[in-house]
Amino acid sequence: MALVLNDEQTMLRDNARGFLGKNAPIAHLRALRDKRDADGFSRALWKDFVEMGWAGILVPQEYDGLGLGYVEAGVVMEELGRTLTPSPFLSTAVVAATAIARAGSAQQKKNYLPRIAAGDLIATLAVDETAKHHPEATAMTATRAGNGFKLRGAKTFVLDGHVANLLIAVARSAGKPGDTNGLTLFAVDASARGIRAERTPTVDTHNAARITFEDVNAGADNVIGKIGAAWDVLEGVLNVGRAALAAEMVGASEEAFSRTTAYLGERKQFGRLIGEFQALQHRAAHLYCELEVTRSAVLKALQTLDESFDRAGAIVSVAKARTGLSATLAANEAVQMHGGIGMTDEFDIGLFMKRVRVCAELFGDANFHADRLARLNRY
Amino acid sequence: MDNLETFRKDTRAWLEANCPPEMRRPMLTEEDTCAGGRHWVFQSDAQRVWLERMVEKGWTVPEWPREYGGGGLTRDEAKILRQEMSALNCRSPLNSFGISMLGPALLKYGSEEQKREYLPKIVRGEIRWCQGYSEPGSGSDLASLQTRAEDKGDHFLVNGSKIWTTAADKSDWIFCLVRTDPNAPKHEGISFLLFDMESPGVSTKPIVLISGASPFCQTFFDDVLVPKANLVGKLNKGWDVAKYLLTHERDMIGGMGRNADNRSLGQIAGETVGTDNGILADTMLRGQIAAYEIDALAFRFTMERVGDMAKVGQAHPAVSSLLKYYGTELNKRRMALVMSAGGLDALEWEGERSREGRTARAWLRSKGNSIEGGTSEIQLNIIAKRILGLPGA
Repeated sequence: MALVLNDEQTMLRDNARGFLGKNAPIAHLRALRDKRDADGFSRALWKDFVEMGWAGILVPQEYDGLGLGYVEAGVVMEELGRTLTPSPFLSTAVVAATAIARAGSAQQKKNYLPRIAAGDLIATLAVDETAKHHPEATAMTATRAGNGFKLRGAKTFVLDGHVANLLIAVARSAGKPGDTNGLTLFAVDASARGIRAERTPTVDTHNAARITFEDVNAGADNVIGKIGAAWDVLEGVLNVGRAALAAEMVGASEEAFSRTTAYLGERKQFGRLIGEFQALQHRAAHLYCELEVTRSAVLKALQTLDESFDRAGAIVSVAKARTGLSATLAANEAVQMHGGIGMTDEFDIGLFMKRVRVCAELFGDANFHADRLARLNRY
Repeated sequence: MDNLETFRKDTRAWLEANCPPEMRRPMLTEEDTCAGGRHWVFQSDAQRVWLERMVEKGWTVPEWPREYGGGGLTRDEAKILRQEMSALNCRSPLNSFGISMLGPALLKYGSEEQKREYLPKIVRGEIRWCQGYSEPGSGSDLASLQTRAEDKGDHFLVNGSKIWTTAADKSDWIFCLVRTDPNAPKHEGISFLLFDMESPGVSTKPIVLISGASPFCQTFFDDVLVPKANLVGKLNKGWDVAKYLLTHERDMIGGMGRNADNRSLGQIAGETVGTDNGILADTMLRGQIAAYEIDALAFRFTMERVGDMAKVGQAHPAVSSLLKYYGTELNKRRMALVMSAGGLDALEWEGERSREGRTARAWLRSKGNSIEGGTSEIQLNIIAKRILGLPGA
């Protein structure tokens, strides 16, 4: 497959850019933040996403979705990154839809996927328990009780956790923290007895929550995939989330960069445009190279997920690590080159820095993925 | 697609039948790839046979038109050939400036006679070319070059000196930038000439580098007669040819420095620094190597993407500056890590154990990557001006 977008993907990108630029520019994020919106996203906007098919972008057509691939999902993520638009797209349409579509039973697919595509179900993966991403360290327990399980533990930074209807929780049915064996995925109703969600407002004004499970009952029909053997499924689902976050960072960093180069061509000091100074030209040119190289890795990761899903791990780590670093550089340079005005809340550029910081951390930062690549390459 | 799959199958079968086993081993020295020319001494029968067989297919230059001896392959076919050669670890049969630099410039700017005269000899490796660009006083400011070519009616008379002429002492012909109008603005008085290095008045002096090797020469021209027919492109329009050719040089230098064997740097380092449960014992070095490998892989995808973008007309004309800048900086980083991993062993300069200081010499050689073919700083200038459109750049 050629490492460029095809005509349909380019059209999707152009449509998404046009739609979001008009209907969800950065002012949209500011409005949600300034009125302390209880949902943290716009349900009206989500309805528009549903109408365009985005909520079901990864849902197979037999379950009323568009049945498109990860490249297409990445295209939308990139545009959401450009406008910093908060929505359940990542949690629900990308991560949860992937988990259910790839590992769910026929019944689970029938129950959940059409509702995701219709925008009636917000679903999210509950995986992290500690400050740093470390999925095999999962300590939340799933203890046998009758024909089912009792879930006990706490999850942190669950995307859209306080508004989700369905939680896909990773719990340990066997083994000890650190083992990749013994993990099980459960799809549980967020309103089930024993579940408590505490919204945790974050630096970037996107949704996250801490969720505690206190002896929550889960039946065999709540299990996604095989009991005690969720690791490979989880890795696949996380890879999709990581590649999607990488795509979002590509969008956010390129937008920050283009605003910065525009500023270099407007701002005057010492009687000259600051973009005439070679000190800034070289930094901008270097950053351009970093962003272009990153873009290649991200597209390659998304294509690999579409073409050979189970072999995408190393390339996804390359993409996630690269974007974590180059988007951070783009955000740092953007604020620095804007000078004092870049430090003000009124000016948008700082919002890019905040969102990039979250995306870089989520589902493994650059160090996590460098370590993972080293392990995959056996050193 | 079916045709391409058939092509892939046939190509693999042909390579398996025709590439000698000795030509599938990792390359250890520069002489392991044939550079061609009148003076070339084949390192082995296998090297000679491999070149002859590939020449016959036109696959020393797979994408050049068949009428000039090339393979006439489409970009997709050529990509498949490269992939299959890489899968079988086939060495390149012929590496030369004729292929990577002069040929593309002739295809674009050469006359039909020039194409017919020079291209087939490049394909067959008969003539080895060197490049006369930089001068002692003209490095990054290449267009300030002073080598003169005076119009003497039926010929040019060339006087001056070039520096950093790669393998000038081993080359047969030179493609050379000369000043044909000293009164014009500096970019507008330059012409592009071809001439035989055996012409009376040409002499070369090798330059010893910090690596101990002498890949470059200073080259002197003392009343050298060059026929008018050897002018490529229009008189005083040589800068266009020069710039076009430089983009190919940048692609070539940017693409250098991948591991000859397919092992990762981390595994190579394990042999010297040791491992602990499969993890490199020096964890700081491990982190640096992993960070390097992330960038190196991403860069490899970038070369693939740029190639695919070129196919659909989306590549920026100045993208070669990105590849040159990023590729050479990466290669320097890689060699610094190889030195780190090698520790004290890597510091040996002579003797069989270190293969005559191969690591240290390669490390020192890599420092030139970001200088030759336009420094990193020049590439950043080009990106700032031509791609980002920054003011006054």
